[in-house]
Amino acid sequence: MVSKELTGSEIVLKALEEQGVTEIFGYPGGAVLPIYDAIFNQNQIRHILVRQEGGAVHAAEGYARSTGKVGIVLVTSGPGATNAVTGLTDALMDSIPIICLTGQVPTHLIGNDAFQEADTTGITRPCTKHNYLVKDVNDLARVMHEAFHVATSGRPGPVLIDLPKDVLMAVGTYKPKSKIKVRNYNPSVKGDLNAIKHAVETIAKAKKPLIYAGGGVINSGPAASKLLTQFVKMTGAPCTLTLMGLGAFPASNKQFIGMLGMHGTYEANLAMHDCDVMVCIGARFDDRVTGRLDAFSPGSTKIHVDIDPSSINKNVRVDIPIIGDVGHVLEDMIKVWKGTQAKIDAKALKAWWQEMNAWRSVDCLKFKQEGKVIKPQHALTRLWELCREAKKEPYVTTEVGQHQMWAAQYLGFEKPNQWMTSGGLGTMGYGLPAAMGVQVAHPKELVVCVAGEASYLMNVQELSTISQYRLPVKSFILNNFYLGMVRQWQELLHGQRYSESYMNSLPDFVKLAETFNMVGLRATKPSELDDVIKEMIKIDKPVIADIHVDQMENVFPMIPSGAAHNEMLLGPEDETEKPISEEGMVLV
Amino acid sequence: MRGERGPGEICEVNAQNETVNSHTIAVLVDNEPGVLARVIGLFSGRGYNIESLTVAKTDNVNNMSRITIVTTGTPMIIEQIKAQLSRLVPIHNVKDLTIESASVERELALVKVVGEGEKRVESLRIADIFRARVVDSSNESFVFEIVGDTGKLDAFIRLMEPLGLADVSRTGVVAISRGVKAMDVAY
Ligand SMILES: Cc1ncc(C[n+]2csc(CCOP(=O)(O)OP(=O)(O)O)c2C)c(N)n1
Ligand SMILES: [Mg+2]
Repeated sequence: MVSKELTGSEIVLKALEEQGVTEIFGYPGGAVLPIYDAIFNQNQIRHILVRQEGGAVHAAEGYARSTGKVGIVLVTSGPGATNAVTGLTDALMDSIPIICLTGQVPTHLIGNDAFQEADTTGITRPCTKHNYLVKDVNDLARVMHEAFHVATSGRPGPVLIDLPKDVLMAVGTYKPKSKIKVRNYNPSVKGDLNAIKHAVETIAKAKKPLIYAGGGVINSGPAASKLLTQFVKMTGAPCTLTLMGLGAFPASNKQFIGMLGMHGTYEANLAMHDCDVMVCIGARFDDRVTGRLDAFSPGSTKIHVDIDPSSINKNVRVDIPIIGDVGHVLEDMIKVWKGTQAKIDAKALKAWWQEMNAWRSVDCLKFKQEGKVIKPQHALTRLWELCREAKKEPYVTTEVGQHQMWAAQYLGFEKPNQWMTSGGLGTMGYGLPAAMGVQVAHPKELVVCVAGEASYLMNVQELSTISQYRLPVKSFILNNFYLGMVRQWQELLHGQRYSESYMNSLPDFVKLAETFNMVGLRATKPSELDDVIKEMIKIDKPVIADIHVDQMENVFPMIPSGAAHNEMLLGPEDETEKPISEEGMVLV
Repeated sequence: MRGERGPGEICEVNAQNETVNSHTIAVLVDNEPGVLARVIGLFSGRGYNIESLTVAKTDNVNNMSRITIVTTGTPMIIEQIKAQLSRLVPIHNVKDLTIESASVERELALVKVVGEGEKRVESLRIADIFRARVVDSSNESFVFEIVGDTGKLDAFIRLMEPLGLADVSRTGVVAISRGVKAMDVAY
């Protein structure tokens, strides 16, 4: 190929095209007009015009999480870039590969407080995996390709490229991907074989083994989920998943004991506490998972597989660290397991499962649907059952709050990449734009955003985007007229003083749907629920389903902040018996 | 700020009864804008200490700089600091000179002492003992240049205090491992 002279904008688009990008989410402005001009002149890449830059980043996150591809964002300088900051932080916390292209004032004006100038690389340094300011058009192709490498290798994350307008308009040479050598960042993917052997021996000798897997399995790709499933079955051990890991192991499998952590199942958390060998795969001992650190799984030998060395020994001391890609390491673990004909003592395993079954019999997720109000747990259970009846396996995004936790508890995911939620940052306003991004990637599939009415309003402007592109996103709003999760904490920790947590003056969601040329549905009593869900699934248009649910319902089980796994609250009866400690109050 | 003891010695014991040590860490980085901000931002964002930090370009061929950081923490924190540093894209190599090898550490200080008569003579006498050089003098002042490890500089400055110590400028610690092994660029 003879290298041809292109403008900076053309180089940007050519690099995106070479990287296999087909969709980008963006919003124009002065500094990026040259790129929009280049977009106008081509047909390879489709641009989705969002309604606020924050929506673009979450949409790209949903797109990335549901496909395994990199999500691309294009925004202007100044306010465009600052609006993207929340989404970048969200993607950093949840390890989502994103490339965010921001416009910048021309290089000779940088530092002059020029119109719509912001120190974008300065602002985003702590909330991106890496960022670049390109000052020479001849560096542009290299930076673009390097950004893809950085965003996707090792622990994935967001990368930002700041593009001064004069660089976009200057003329330079394009370099194809194959000509670019990334000279530093090359994280290793293979785990140390000796450590893997040691791990396998340790697991084989366990009496109470437990496999605890997380979002790293999903990031590693669908093959890693298959390998995880195979490994769990080989060992016969119980498996629990983090919020980010749901779908990495099939929920219907007998060895799945549910999600763990603050709102995890009784059996999962007690198994964490009591196990003698813990195998943590692609998870990071987050504080939502560990509870009180000094009481965390006191008697277990801990094995930790992670691609990011900084995740090892950060919160919890582990005995056998294995640094590498989860998929590669699982493959080796399976080989060694087979090769050494490892086997966990059958009697011990049986006794362990008996303990497990006793905990399971507590049935910690039970609820009673009775009376005139819809229980949120019932709404989600019916949503899932009716999807199954209609032979649909929906992609689900959530907002943040009680509804998010109920969705994690009551929807059983069988496959990876079907579940998109803001775990690390807990960003209200994530779910609707994320669903939009998922639907762009999977136009024919059923995509449901399980929302709380308050979170929904945080990026509600994206309904306009959804309408414009005829994206048949289904919004399933569990409307409790409260910042429910805040209200729950106020009930349990602040003497029922419901300060500023009631949602007054909510819009009429049915009418809201109609103004955007969507279908609005409402269920206010149990008898209406099934029809609304069936209708929602059937209609091939965007739908907002406003489900009025019990306003005072709480999420249980709950490990209050500062408590240990075995100090879990199972339901309202437990609240008075186990008051929350002073030290716990300061934690979030 | 600066500990009285040398690197590697136990400085204190924290509330969890873990020992807090001082470590000298050498970091090879691409010489590009923002790289120092990334390193400093990492320390401030995660609440790590910086006791001293020096940086300069050291490799013209590969256009790289070397940063020397003296920091303190429990073994778990030091391990985190190194892992977090290694994760930064423009960072090529991270070496803990306190535990990975024997090393030489040096710091340079310029010390201004203002005084007359007997005090002035005394400051010169002490400077001589410490092998500090006079690099500037006026009728009422000296500027001494002193090179050594942190402890030596601390001691010299302390002795100058009653003799009219007016101003101090220190470079911070630079360090290098002993023996034949060099720090490689690790592409
Ligand atoms: C951007 C943002 N602001 C504030 C919070 C704190 N917060 C967590 S959950 C929650 C309430 C969410 O209410 P809603 O969306 O109605 O969900 P519910 O808990 O009622 O199901 C709030 C305010 C947050 N997570 N994100
Ligand atoms: Mg609510």
